Amino acid sequence: MAHAHDTAHHDDHHGEPDTGIKRWLFATNHKDIGTMYLVFSLIMFFIGGAMAMVIRAELFKPGLQLVDPGFFNQMTTMHALVMIFGAVMPSFVGLANWMIPLQVGAPDMALPRMNNLSFWILPFAFTILLSTLFIPGGAPAGGWTMYPPLFLQGGNFVALAIFAVHLMGASSIMGAINVIVTIMNMRAPGMNLLKMPLFCWSWLITAYLLIAVMPVLAGAVTMLLTDHYFGTSFFNAAGGGDPVMFEHVFWFFGHPEVYIMILPAFGIISEILPTFSRKPLFGATSMIYAIASIAFLSFIVWGHHMFVDGMPLAAQVFFMMSTMLIAVPTGVKVFNWTATMWKGSLSFEPPMLFAISFLFLFTIGGFSGVMLAIVPVDFQYNQTYFVVAHFHYVLVPGAIFAIMAAVYYWLPKWTGHMYSMGLAKAHFWLSTIFVNVLFFPQHFLGLAGMPRRIPDYAVQFTDWNMVSSIGAFGFGLSQILFVIVVVQCARGGKKASATVWDGATPTGLEWTIPSPAPYHSFAVAPEVK
Amino acid sequence: MAPSLAALAACLSAGSAAANTSNGYNLPEGVTSLSQGMYALHMEVFWICVGIAVVVFGVMIYSLIKFRHSQGAVPDTSMVHSTKVEIIWTIIPVIILVVMAVPAAELILKQEDTRNSELSVRVTGYQWKWEYQYMDAAEGVDFFSTLRQDSNFARQLNSGIDPATVDNYLLEVDHPLVIPSGTKVRLLLTSMDVIHAWWVPDFGAKRSAIPGFVNELWFKVDAGKEGVYRGQCAALCGRDHGFMPVVVDVRTPDDFKKWVEAQKAAVKQAAGSPAAGSPAATPPATAQVLN
Repeated sequence: MAHAHDTAHHDDHHGEPDTGIKRWLFATNHKDIGTMYLVFSLIMFFIGGAMAMVIRAELFKPGLQLVDPGFFNQMTTMHALVMIFGAVMPSFVGLANWMIPLQVGAPDMALPRMNNLSFWILPFAFTILLSTLFIPGGAPAGGWTMYPPLFLQGGNFVALAIFAVHLMGASSIMGAINVIVTIMNMRAPGMNLLKMPLFCWSWLITAYLLIAVMPVLAGAVTMLLTDHYFGTSFFNAAGGGDPVMFEHVFWFFGHPEVYIMILPAFGIISEILPTFSRKPLFGATSMIYAIASIAFLSFIVWGHHMFVDGMPLAAQVFFMMSTMLIAVPTGVKVFNWTATMWKGSLSFEPPMLFAISFLFLFTIGGFSGVMLAIVPVDFQYNQTYFVVAHFHYVLVPGAIFAIMAAVYYWLPKWTGHMYSMGLAKAHFWLSTIFVNVLFFPQHFLGLAGMPRRIPDYAVQFTDWNMVSSIGAFGFGLSQILFVIVVVQCARGGKKASATVWDGATPTGLEWTIPSPAPYHSFAVAPEVK
Repeated sequence: MAPSLAALAACLSAGSAAANTSNGYNLPEGVTSLSQGMYALHMEVFWICVGIAVVVFGVMIYSLIKFRHSQGAVPDTSMVHSTKVEIIWTIIPVIILVVMAVPAAELILKQEDTRNSELSVRVTGYQWKWEYQYMDAAEGVDFFSTLRQDSNFARQLNSGIDPATVDNYLLEVDHPLVIPSGTKVRLLLTSMDVIHAWWVPDFGAKRSAIPGFVNELWFKVDAGKEGVYRGQCAALCGRDHGFMPVVVDVRTPDDFKKWVEAQKAAVKQAAGSPAAGSPAATPPATAQVLN
């Protein structure tokens, strides 16, 4: 078992981790930090999920039964902020922390103390953000997109929310720097970039996106801050400013942001499908080029969030074409994943089940995305439940299912135990069925004319709203199974081998070390042929 | 004057059962050439997506059934890449996208062409109502359009009133926008406070109302399609974003002219003294004398 004899120093000059709170507060080990990110994001997932339950409970029937419309708006706003910045992004960072050093054969991340800071900023930032629910005036309620002038009508939450966003941004930027430096500098000898696993590639590209756009968000919210408190008029028309400029700056961040939330998912699927198909990933090099093209194109499509704002014709046509173009590399990825399964030898362990579900359901989200790109028809879709259906399909059975697939794939490596296959499969089936009951009817609602971000609706929208809410309750409850599986696995279970998925063909350096992975792994760099 | 016109408005709204002509699953075809063009393009893109889905999901499902380890399938581990196949499935999607983009570009060109409008109306979004100020031949007609009282009472938290008992719940106003059919109508949209958006699905007409900006949008309701059409604000604008509907009463050009004359007469009657201001300065209380 790899131990500290070969390493020059360990934090406390022991080979074993610290005990108690010090281990976590002062963690510099990528495994501990990865674990903290994942536990944090799971807690945030349930908090954001609880907000979604409030939303869907109010929308179960027409009429207002449960909450004030202002509080409803707080729920929709906070649900998105918590899910995006608290659940999805930190999960991917947690997976990066755990797996990138293992996959490239490095002993840890390049900058372990900065890694610690990146994590610990988050509970602090979210305490600030969530505290706004309890202050006079309540939490932000103008949508996670924070458009002025509405956002600037806010009271006490403005400073707190902006501060929280700045903190989360700093955390993400530092995490991204760590990923790039680790991948560029600490790969084991023989691991050239083209030999690097797809998960690492997807994170390398995502990290560049993060560094490029998180500062843009910081700029946008800082302008909100000065408009609100220091008398500037960036977005105040009466002072010579322009509310639409906020939309430009925000979405210049916002569009790459959604690709930040999906590219690591693409990397995960590219790891799992080949393993359980017992066949190499089809077209691995073009898969890498596809991720890079998607990342590049993500910078030139932001206008598609603004089609109805009075955009000049030439810009509408440009953004329509650039948005449609993203379908090409994304399609290449879907086809390559399908070709990986074709003529493979498939088995259906929980990670594979989630990966296959991703493939089907993310593709449906992709179709609604192409439809939304068609500018003239977007005038009917924009700001309706059709948009809500689209982004939830790519985020929930897209990003979230990929995260769960990754956890189910690598959990035995982290804990050394196999988990209950029966419970995990039950979690899978309930999640897949309910996620469709929850979000598919929202396509119909949007097409039938239901706007988004409303707490109450005209009676012709009743039936599909009821179905969607039932799906929400089912989906939410099913996630408890996930917690049970993960907690039980952490505590014990059948011993997992180094390769874990005996019978399947997992490739990658992480499967060459024991399960659980030793606290310090690859203290001596492995040989990569 | 006011009560009889109100009664007429009530009759019209009671007559239209559904809020729009959608079947509950799909976009409405609507009553303008733009909405019909959007519907047709939507269906075209939809069927293309269905076709692609049938092929791609078909291959996936076939693989899930045919290539199972439990059935003894042996993986073809030599199948790792094919430049030819990759090129084909890059080029075919590009072609499909071009096929979609051409009619889309044609429709958007039509949509953005606001020239030669016959009637313009200034539409101003407020938290949480709309103001309509007519121009051209109807200049001087100016009123606010607010969620009607019965909906407003019913929608209060725990009101105890069943929404199903309210006519056009959340989609009815005290003073709808009245426009003539068969006429190219142009709206000039702005806002007095935050970003709103004006939307009537049956017209295929949606545009943001942004403070400090004037956005333009046009539509022409087909002759013969007179009636009441309903939509909602389509941009989160605060607490009552869901409670500021858009209601448009489309009349024949003759009926519209009569209505305009009646409005102008009412304004003259109410104003009395010659010390008018611009229509925009007319406070809401006076405007509610209309209709």
